[in-house]
Amino acid sequence: MRALRFVCASTVAAGLLVVGPSPASAQDAQALRREIDQLRRDFETLKQQYGDRLSALEAKLAVAGPAEAQAAAPPGAPAQPTAPVPPGAEGAGGPSGALPVYGGAVAASKVFNPDIAVIGDFLGAVGKNPLHPDPFGPGTEPRALQMHESEAAFQAVVDPYARADFFISFGEEGVGLEEGFITFTSLPGGLLTKVGKMRAAFGKVNTLHNHVLPWADRPLVTNNLVGGEDGIDDAGISVARLIPNPWMFLEATGQIFRGDAGPAEQPLFHASERGDVSYVGHLRAYQDITEDSNVDFGFSYARGRTPLAADAANAERLVTNLYGIDATLRWRPLQRSIYHSFVGRTEWIWSRRDQLTGLQRGNGMYLSGDYQFARRWFAGARYDRSNHADDASLLDTGGSFVLTYWPSEFSQVRGQYRRTNYALGPSANELLFQFQFSIGAHGAHPF
Amino acid sequence: MKAKMLVALLTTFLFTGSASAQAKLNVVTTTEDLASIAREVAGDRASIESLARGYQDPHFVEPKPSFILKLQKADVLVAVGRELEIGWLPPLIQQSRNSRIQPGADGYLDASLHAEILEVPQGQITRAMGDVHPLGNPHYWLDPENGKRIAKDEADKFSEMRPNDRAYFQQRLADFTSRLDAAEKRWLAAIAPYKGTKVVTYHRSFPNFAKRFGLDIIGYVEPRPGIPPTPQHTLDLINEMKRQNVKLILVEPYFDLKTPKKIASDVGGEVLVMPPSVGGVKEITDYFKLFDYDINLLIQAIKKTGAGT
Repeated sequence: MRALRFVCASTVAAGLLVVGPSPASAQDAQALRREIDQLRRDFETLKQQYGDRLSALEAKLAVAGPAEAQAAAPPGAPAQPTAPVPPGAEGAGGPSGALPVYGGAVAASKVFNPDIAVIGDFLGAVGKNPLHPDPFGPGTEPRALQMHESEAAFQAVVDPYARADFFISFGEEGVGLEEGFITFTSLPGGLLTKVGKMRAAFGKVNTLHNHVLPWADRPLVTNNLVGGEDGIDDAGISVARLIPNPWMFLEATGQIFRGDAGPAEQPLFHASERGDVSYVGHLRAYQDITEDSNVDFGFSYARGRTPLAADAANAERLVTNLYGIDATLRWRPLQRSIYHSFVGRTEWIWSRRDQLTGLQRGNGMYLSGDYQFARRWFAGARYDRSNHADDASLLDTGGSFVLTYWPSEFSQVRGQYRRTNYALGPSANELLFQFQFSIGAHGAHPF
Repeated sequence: MKAKMLVALLTTFLFTGSASAQAKLNVVTTTEDLASIAREVAGDRASIESLARGYQDPHFVEPKPSFILKLQKADVLVAVGRELEIGWLPPLIQQSRNSRIQPGADGYLDASLHAEILEVPQGQITRAMGDVHPLGNPHYWLDPENGKRIAKDEADKFSEMRPNDRAYFQQRLADFTSRLDAAEKRWLAAIAPYKGTKVVTYHRSFPNFAKRFGLDIIGYVEPRPGIPPTPQHTLDLINEMKRQNVKLILVEPYFDLKTPKKIASDVGGEVLVMPPSVGGVKEITDYFKLFDYDINLLIQAIKKTGAGT
C-alpha cells in the first residue's frame, strides 16, 4: 500500500515539475528536456522496483496459504445494522439519524447455542403378557405401540471451568428431566464434580440412557431391584477421582442424592425427611488386555430409605442397601473396528431391603453378549434372573435374543424375542421391536 | 536499594521458573501423523504419543479409559479437528480432569486452523448426504504443504509452552520444512509423468493428496461418506470406470476389500490398500515414509495396469 502511494506521489511531483517552469530559451528547453527524461527514467525504475516488490509480496502471501491470507485480512467487524427513524418521529422529538437494530446482530451470537440433538425411541410389542401389560414399564395399560421416549439433548461449555448437559425426556405420560447437570472439568486435585440431576453411578445399566442400551428393554434385575427404567436418577452431587497407580485405570466415585429413586408405582428409595438422603459409591477398574480387547470391572453400593406405606408413616425408618458387581469384556479388532466387535457384560446385584415385614435378602443378575457380525448388523443374547426386592422368595427368570440393524450411525432398527417366567403369573413370550433415530448434533459414541 | 532487591527477587523467580520448565513437554496427539510431525519439531524436548493407531479408522476410535490417563498428564493435546474426532474425543477431554487441554485452553491445538481445507460444503447440508463434515474434509494432512503448516503450528505451540526452547523448536521446524521441501520435489518429479491418472477411492480420504500429486478422483466406493457400498452404486461405479477406463481403486487399510475387489475384477483393475496415515502399515514409521510408500505404491500400480495411459 505504502509503495503504491509513494509511486502516485512521485507521479504528481513529476507532473508539477513538467508543468511548472516556462521555457525562457532553447538552451533552457533542452536542459529541461534532459531533466524530464532523467525524471522519466527515474520514475520507470521506481515503478519497476515497486512492481517487483509487490509481486514478491503477493507470492509470499500465496505461499503462506489461504487460511493465513484470510487471517491477515482485517476480519471486517460486522457493522451494526441500522434502520431509518420512522417518518414524523424525528420532528416530534424522537431520535434522529439511524436506529440500531438489535435483533439482527444476534445471528453471530448463535454460535453459543448448545449442541442440540433429539433422539426418538419407538417401541412395539407382540404377544401376551397378562402380568405386565405394558411391555416396557410398570404400568397397567397394554401399550402395544408406543412413542416411548423423545429425548432432547442440549450440551455446551458453560465457561472455562465447566460444561453443562441437559437431557429432557418426552415420554408417553409427560415430560421429565432425565438428566441436567453441570460438570466442573478442571477442579484441583483431579476431582471431576457434577452437580444437578443425574443417573447414579450404580453398575452399568443404571448409568445408560435407553438409546445406548444393547436391548429394547432393561434386564429383569434392573426392573426388580434397581428401580427399573428410571432407576436411581436423582438430584445430587457427584465427585469422581482417579486413583493413581502403576497398573490400571482406577476411578472412585462418591455421590449423594436427595433420596428419591425408582418409578412412582414402586419406588426404590423415598425421602420423607430432609435427612433421608441416599448415597451411591462406585469403584471402576479398567485395563487394556491387548490393543483389541479390554476388561472393565465395577463395584457399586447404594443406600437409601425404604419407601413406606402411607399408614406406616410413623413407623421405624427403614433402609435399603444395594450391592453390585459388574464386568464388561470388550473386543474390537482395531483394523476392522467398523465391521466386527464383541461386548460381553454381566451385572450381579444384591438387595438388602428392610421392610416392616422384615429384611428381604434378594439378588439378581443378567449375562449378555453382543456380537457385531457386519458393519451394520449386531446379534445378541441375554439371560436374566432376579428375586423381587420386597419378597425375596419370588424369583423371575428370562432370556432374550436380539438382532439389531443400523441403516447409519444415526438410526437403528431392532427386534428382540423375550421369554419371561414370572413367579406370580404365567410365562410370557413376546416379540419386541424398536425404531430409534436421532437428529441434530453428532453425539459421542457410547463406550 | 528496593529496586535492586526487586530485580534480584524477579531473577530468582525467573530462574526457578525456567528450571521447572525444563521438564519434558508431554504431548498427546489424536493421530500418528500429528505425532510424527510433532516428533520432527520437538526432537528430544518432548515425549509424544498418539491415541489412535494409523491402521485404524480415525472416525471410530473407542474412547477407552486408558486414554483418559494419557490425557490427564498431557501438557498439549493436538487434534486433527474439522470434527474428525467428534465421536470420541470430547468425552475423553471432559473426563481428563486436565484444565490445560480443554478446548480453548492454551494446551489445546487444533492442527487444521492454518491448513488448506478442501470440500467445505456450501449451502444447506443434511445427513441425507451421509456423514458429511460441515467444516470440510478432515484428511488434510495428506498434502506435504499442509504438513509444513501443521509443523509450524506445533512448533509455535511448543514454543509458547516452553519459551526457553523456542530457538530449538524453530530451528528444528526450519530443518523439517527444508527436508520436506526437498522430498516434495522428489515426490512430484516421480509422479509427474502420471499426472491426471484417474482413480476411485473408498472413502473421501484423499482429496488433498490427489490435488497435490495430480490424481483425478472420479468416484467413491461409498455412495456417500460413511455409508457402506450399495449394489446399485457399485454397478454405476463399475460402468463409469469402464467408460473412463479407470483401473485403480484406493482403499484405506481399515475398510473391507470385498466390494473393491469385485469392482477391480469387473473392470480389470487393481485394488491398492493405500494407508492414509503414518503407521498404516509397518514400514510407514514417519511422515516422510508415508508419502514415499503411497507414491511408490501408486507408481508401481500405474505401471502394472497401464492406468496412466
